[in-house]
Amino acid sequence: MRVALFIPCYIDQFYPQVGRATLALLERLGCEVVYPLGQTCCGQPMANAGCERDALQTYHHFVKTFSDFPYIVSPSGSCVYHVRQHYDVIDQTAVVQAIRARTLELSEFLIDVLGIQAIPGARYPHRVGIHASCHGLRGLRLGPSSELRGSQPPSGIHRLLEQVADIEIVTLDRSDECCGFGGTFAVSEASVSVKMGADRLADHLRNGVEVVTASDMSCLMHLEGIIRRRNYPLRVAHYAEILNTTGV
Amino acid sequence: MNQHATKAKAFIQDEARTNWHDEALWFIRAKRDQATALVAEWEALRELASGIKDHVLGNLDQYLEQFSERAIANGVQVHWARDAREHNQIVLGILQQTNATRLVKSKSMLTEECGLSDYLVENGVSVVDTDLGERIIQLREEPPSHIVLPAIHLKKEEVGELFHEHLGTPAGLSDPTQLTEAARHHLRDHLVGCDAALTGVNFAIAETGGVVVCTNEGNADMGVHSAPVQIHCMGIEKIIPRAQDLGIFIRVLARSATGQPSTVYTAHHHRPRPGTQMHIVIVDNGRTEQLGRPDFRNSLKCIRCGACMNTCPIYRRSGGHSYGTTVPGPIGSILTPGFDLKQHADLPFASTLCGSCSDVCPVKINIHEQLYQWRQAVVEAGLADPAKVQTLNLSGAILAKPWWYRITGRLARLALRWAPRWLVYNRWNTWGQDRELPPAPRESFQDWYRKKHKA
Repeated sequence: MRVALFIPCYIDQFYPQVGRATLALLERLGCEVVYPLGQTCCGQPMANAGCERDALQTYHHFVKTFSDFPYIVSPSGSCVYHVRQHYDVIDQTAVVQAIRARTLELSEFLIDVLGIQAIPGARYPHRVGIHASCHGLRGLRLGPSSELRGSQPPSGIHRLLEQVADIEIVTLDRSDECCGFGGTFAVSEASVSVKMGADRLADHLRNGVEVVTASDMSCLMHLEGIIRRRNYPLRVAHYAEILNTTGV
Repeated sequence: MNQHATKAKAFIQDEARTNWHDEALWFIRAKRDQATALVAEWEALRELASGIKDHVLGNLDQYLEQFSERAIANGVQVHWARDAREHNQIVLGILQQTNATRLVKSKSMLTEECGLSDYLVENGVSVVDTDLGERIIQLREEPPSHIVLPAIHLKKEEVGELFHEHLGTPAGLSDPTQLTEAARHHLRDHLVGCDAALTGVNFAIAETGGVVVCTNEGNADMGVHSAPVQIHCMGIEKIIPRAQDLGIFIRVLARSATGQPSTVYTAHHHRPRPGTQMHIVIVDNGRTEQLGRPDFRNSLKCIRCGACMNTCPIYRRSGGHSYGTTVPGPIGSILTPGFDLKQHADLPFASTLCGSCSDVCPVKINIHEQLYQWRQAVVEAGLADPAKVQTLNLSGAILAKPWWYRITGRLARLALRWAPRWLVYNRWNTWGQDRELPPAPRESFQDWYRKKHKA
């Protein structure tokens, strides 16, 4: 299966290990992974701050970069959500429509396209708390929202992590509360943002978590910033890093 | 710093109190979760409620006329107010015509929105709010901090102090049962012998011309039943088409608001009692303008349950007063910019766009998507911080050009790696006030990938 890998700007710059883990994981599962070299960003930083107009050239650049692939896979629910939800403001050519339909968050691709239920060989002997990143959860519906009623299966991320050897997934008091990152919100409303992050971390600490994982490195960047400043006994890791472990 | 951020920062200074506020509202959200879990068809009810409200907004003119005709046929006097000023004048006019100087009032966010109480007091009318929470904030001379729980920002000890000062309860009394009993006696004195009673409206039924008022304390009803003049003030969006539609809204309203199956009292007012007058004031005050905005019109579906406030992680940690609006929280942040975008330009940004508000909303208003759209409107109108807009403008230019992106990224990481800590964590580094910046690796993913594929 030929797929294009989209590594969002902040992962590219600050968390290259998450990009490498995603690439390795996809290759390990037999995909032919192409990383288009000219890629930059999905445009979300501008658009979420109200400057959608300034994001348009980035949208067009994204479309040009990824126009030739059956699937575009990314380890970021938030950026995938942005492409799918907000690229409605540019001309809806066949290419744009195809890109919006085929840009998938990593777990969507693994489960819905590859039909994978477990990563053979993955082992992670730690107590892991799953932070349900909002855009993945309520935007892409990657998992159950605590507000909605009716039967909702656990998230694909949860199901995949459950199959990792020796992992212990910790149940949190609040299953899907926002961490307070929110892009420019983290700066324009820094006090609330930090308080929200600290409260999320308190939930993980209270329940004995060692490693906080998520589908969005941006949430983890914010949470890690608080962890390091306050010297909390916690670490963060993208779930792709956990799935890509070996040891069994 | 914007107004919401400034007030929120002040609120959070008292961390213990912030935690208490968060827990109090989360408790209500949890009650809502339990109550809705018992309704197997909950999502279908939301869909129905949303569909009915959409239909109403698409046919509002006809339903308003039908409602008005039926109400008049029932013997009700119907008034139309274009804005807050007209609304206040109409209410004062009714009171003056009936020589009423003592008004009891309950459960009306609309009159808060219109600033009715101050206007009436200036014109010699005594106004007493009879809902307990509303009375508490009236005595404190402050606005409500929540639309369903107007005094949720206050602790019982503070209510005790307030009642000691105004109601003469013993100093130091903070037992809720005793405080409520004191309030009961105090309010009875005002309810008995009032000249007129005013309430808000939860639902106005076009088919019957009647209004429905949902309360837990029953004081709104007691006022209406004891006064010779009853006045009900409603926004134009309160309409539902038929009596049979009411069941759907009654089922979702209280469950969403407080986790109750229904409010304790659901009062139906259709006609004046013999020898008394019943007035309904129908108010626009910017609502038709909002109806004319395609991206924002469905904000008018709101049934004022307050669930979006209880669930909002920002509201819970910043308090209702941080929004500076009559309706605070997520729904207020999409309604209020329509009244005055310039004054409330900060509110669409007082959110992480987490989407919890949209999922909890019983009439399925896409609140977080409208917040996103209002952000665009704020920037388009030139009301955003120019420095921020310039930064994002530049970011947009850089991120559209791979070469610029790589150079800028490399320079930024170099700077973060080599600059001394005091320089990086300077006072303009808002991120770094209470957080570390991410580690800056030597190589970006792309650098690594290029090297690997060359080799």
